[in-house]
Amino acid sequence: MANAIEAEGLVKEYGEVRALDGLSFSVPEGMVFGLLGPNGAGKSTTVRILTTLSRADSGTARVAGHDVVSDPAAVRRAIGVVGQRSGVDREATGTENLHLQGQVHGLRGRELAARADGLLRQFGLADAAGRLVRTYSGGMQRRLDIAMALVHRPQVLFLDEPTTGLDPEVRAEMWREIERLAREEGLSILLTTHYLEEADRLAADLAIVDRGRVVAGGSPERLKAELRGDSIHVELAFAANGAVHAALEPLPGIRELVVDGASLHARADEGARAVPVVLGALEARGLDVASVTVSRPSLDDVYLRHAGRSFE
Amino acid sequence: MTVLRHVGYMAMRDLRALWRQPWYIAVTLVQPVIWLLLFGELFKSVADLPGFSGSYIAYLAPGIVVMSALFSSGWSGMGTIEDIDRGVTDRLLVSPVRRSALIAGRVAQGAVVIVVQSVIMVGLALAVGASFPGGVLGVVVLVLVAALLGSAFGALSNSLALVTRQEESLIGAVTFLVLPLTFLSTALMRDDLLPGWMRTVADVNPVDWAIEAGRSAVGANPDWGLVVGNVALLTALLLACGALATTAFRSYQRSV
Repeated sequence: MANAIEAEGLVKEYGEVRALDGLSFSVPEGMVFGLLGPNGAGKSTTVRILTTLSRADSGTARVAGHDVVSDPAAVRRAIGVVGQRSGVDREATGTENLHLQGQVHGLRGRELAARADGLLRQFGLADAAGRLVRTYSGGMQRRLDIAMALVHRPQVLFLDEPTTGLDPEVRAEMWREIERLAREEGLSILLTTHYLEEADRLAADLAIVDRGRVVAGGSPERLKAELRGDSIHVELAFAANGAVHAALEPLPGIRELVVDGASLHARADEGARAVPVVLGALEARGLDVASVTVSRPSLDDVYLRHAGRSFE
Repeated sequence: MTVLRHVGYMAMRDLRALWRQPWYIAVTLVQPVIWLLLFGELFKSVADLPGFSGSYIAYLAPGIVVMSALFSSGWSGMGTIEDIDRGVTDRLLVSPVRRSALIAGRVAQGAVVIVVQSVIMVGLALAVGASFPGGVLGVVVLVLVAALLGSAFGALSNSLALVTRQEESLIGAVTFLVLPLTFLSTALMRDDLLPGWMRTVADVNPVDWAIEAGRSAVGANPDWGLVVGNVALLTALLLACGALATTAFRSYQRSV
């Protein structure tokens, strides 16, 4: 099977800041692929390079089989992009936005009108088609963004943090929309997000990005399965790095202890049993505990393990 | 061909947005009218000075037409800044739209506005008693030079917008340029009545090239050598400003 996206050793520096530090990944055709990482990890820079908006200092990338540097025009014809910022023209109507987008992709006349109408209906915007986008709600604008990215039937769709800034209800609606696109249109989708839940739900495969590099990859299930046992998270009343290590490291069954300021993460085979032991050991050293939680492994734990610090 | 079509799409988008702002249209039309009537009254007795013949308003009208073109095109870059801020530019850049059409479309939209504005002002000047012996051809030349100058200045405004990327900086730069450019010209006062140094400045002032050519063309005895020469100069200026805008656009693309 061919790859929709291939990125190899991408490096990008902005002055002193190394935004991408040899980032590589590939996305098979027809897959929803998630690029997961906190803000500033390099996700958006990656999308900008893959969509021909900016150039990598080194490394190569191919999208839909075309090199982004030597054949950007072919890449632009093959992709649809929903950027972090909306990018719709607020002073135009929904229909006008779709028509302009179609026109620059070479669609015209009846074909364009039919395509625009179809998309407006599909995204529940038919009633608002003649209204200025300025009057749309955030969710409606986002749906129009996606409709515009699809007007020329692209092979590869980029969704750069598509649900950032949306309220939970609209976010859930967007997730259903993205799932439908992947299922019905057979699109290859690159989704960047800093919401673990979003990556977990939508992406068939993930690359976890940290400081401009891919630190882990695989399906969400596989990544979580690599972690044995439950996750224990304790918030202390105050930061106490050395004392925490001294208190907990001798305990049997406590693994992968990570202390980050006043919060500490560890893994244990049976979380419920480990909690009293952990609390006892901490209190014996005079360390006050503010809260404690035990949970099944999540992508946050995956991130913690590979990046050495908590996600948020 | 594709480039022209894309320029058309971009210009249409801007014109449509403009059309939806009736207050803005009203102000851009009323302002030159006020200039014309206000200056026409204020400097009425200038026409009594030796060297003037005919009414001052007939003398003034071509100057105000060109000045209004300069004023309105100065703000052309504002839309570019807004598009960058709102992500519209990025969305267009990831599409196959011709890069040159993004700025050229906006400049073309400005030219359309200038043509409409100029024709209305010529009509108004006629209504308040000015006469243009140069006839329709003369008026066409006047509108053409106004559009050429406005387009060049619009391209310059877009270049500044792409470099500063701040509305405040653009407003400052444009305000800094337009008034001196207007007053260091023969818009309000005959060439031979200007102080010597001002005449020298006016000779290299593109605003004056446009005014001299337009005024000559609508006058009784057009100096076609001067008209053609100045149209050529303004065309060269437009090409130079277009090249500058293209460079500014490339540097913007590299910086993001």
